[in-house]
Amino acid sequence: MPLSTATLPPLARAAIPARSTPYSPDLVLWDERLPGGCHWSGVIRRGHTLRLTDRDGRANVSALLISSACTSERYNMPDTLKAQHTAYLSAGCCCYSDMGRVLCSIPQDTCGWHDTVCGLLDDARLAAQYGRRTFQDARNGMYRSARSGLLIELGKWGLDERDLTPNLNLFSKVAPDAQGALRFDTAHRRPGQHVDLRFEMDTLVLLSAAPHPLDPSPTWQPGDVDLMLWRSGPAGLDDPCRLRCAENDRGLILTERHVL
Amino acid sequence: MNTPEQTDIRIVESRLDPATAVLDQTVPAGAPWMGRVLRGQTLRILDLEGNQAVDTLFYAAADPGERYSATHTIQAQGRLYLGAGSVLMTSRGRPMLTIVADTCGRHDTLGGACACESNMVRYAIEKRPMHSCRDNFMDALAHESGRYLPRALTKRDLTANINFFMNVPVTPDGGLTFADGISAPGKYVELRAEMDVVVLVSNCPQLNNPCNAYNPTPVRMLVWDGA
Repeated sequence: MPLSTATLPPLARAAIPARSTPYSPDLVLWDERLPGGCHWSGVIRRGHTLRLTDRDGRANVSALLISSACTSERYNMPDTLKAQHTAYLSAGCCCYSDMGRVLCSIPQDTCGWHDTVCGLLDDARLAAQYGRRTFQDARNGMYRSARSGLLIELGKWGLDERDLTPNLNLFSKVAPDAQGALRFDTAHRRPGQHVDLRFEMDTLVLLSAAPHPLDPSPTWQPGDVDLMLWRSGPAGLDDPCRLRCAENDRGLILTERHVL
Repeated sequence: MNTPEQTDIRIVESRLDPATAVLDQTVPAGAPWMGRVLRGQTLRILDLEGNQAVDTLFYAAADPGERYSATHTIQAQGRLYLGAGSVLMTSRGRPMLTIVADTCGRHDTLGGACACESNMVRYAIEKRPMHSCRDNFMDALAHESGRYLPRALTKRDLTANINFFMNVPVTPDGGLTFADGISAPGKYVELRAEMDVVVLVSNCPQLNNPCNAYNPTPVRMLVWDGA
């Protein structure tokens, strides 16, 4: 019989909430501002949702997702895209690890397109496009690339450039034409847009709010991001991410087998 | 075989003669392969029987901390697909290899490598025992990688790979599919190494989608010295 929530043994099915929990201010655990260009990392447990909000319509958040229990298990861009037949992330998507499990799902998103194929702004591209501004020049207004910021955060957890794999670029839309040529959509972002990352596994989350590498803006003006963690519980039986496709139902069941 | 409608396909033939190659090896269907290509040498991957995906990673021979990066490559060329003229970039933003000849026209670097875990998600849990590219990679990492590189590779060294001869079109509205191949018997791609590299290949054993036309077949690897 094909694997699905409809065919699970009663005990396994009973471990999944019947319904996903909608957001309520009563469920908030903390909030914090991630200033544009800065970096952040932390472990987020299963059953918690990180809401990221683009304050001014200028934000990009380059994100790495790594299992905190086994750091060689990490976000896998190709597996995520091919399981869901998509070239970008939006509401209803799951972010898969290389082990066929869902690190986080995206039950809600007011933005509509998040890039995951263009990689990180690095020091060379930053210098060529924006120039250089060091701490001595500008104190904490210094320019920091996403690659450097994420390498710093990885180092704090005993990880290094081997763990820099294709990342998410939240809030940024880069669409291809029929020949595959890419264009950064400068009209895509709006102030106040938010995306929810609901963690289905305990996950080390590493963030940089440096600009997207293909953002054509000639001036360094990375947008601030509000981070908020709320206690959501994991994906329920009625969840849009689970119901999106049979692949996501199987992926969430394989995740539940791993964590329950 | 499908004929792509896109007009960007560039067919560039090679004048290199297999009789003068310094390496000429055939990789059986579904097998791993490792090799070394020195700066200035040219590597040809030849699709012997057609529509055979060749999952490929490259490492800097001097320091495997520097490796092929799909995202650096896409970012540098501003395009999703690989073809003649594409420069494959490293994870440190340096040119690694250049595609100097290509009779197929388009190669993928978004589709990744098949694994038993992703096969269970994509197809069915009963697919777990099937052979996969990741098993090939893990096998080569365990048995071969220490002979080619200053240190043996581990799973942390695996990243998004190239799928030579594989067709994964993305539509302008962001849809992604595994389409029938555009390759055919005798098609090839040639890469000139811009630095000393080690090549890690899985000759893809996937039987669940059309990436190998449901019939995995051998490929041939040739290397020539620079002029």
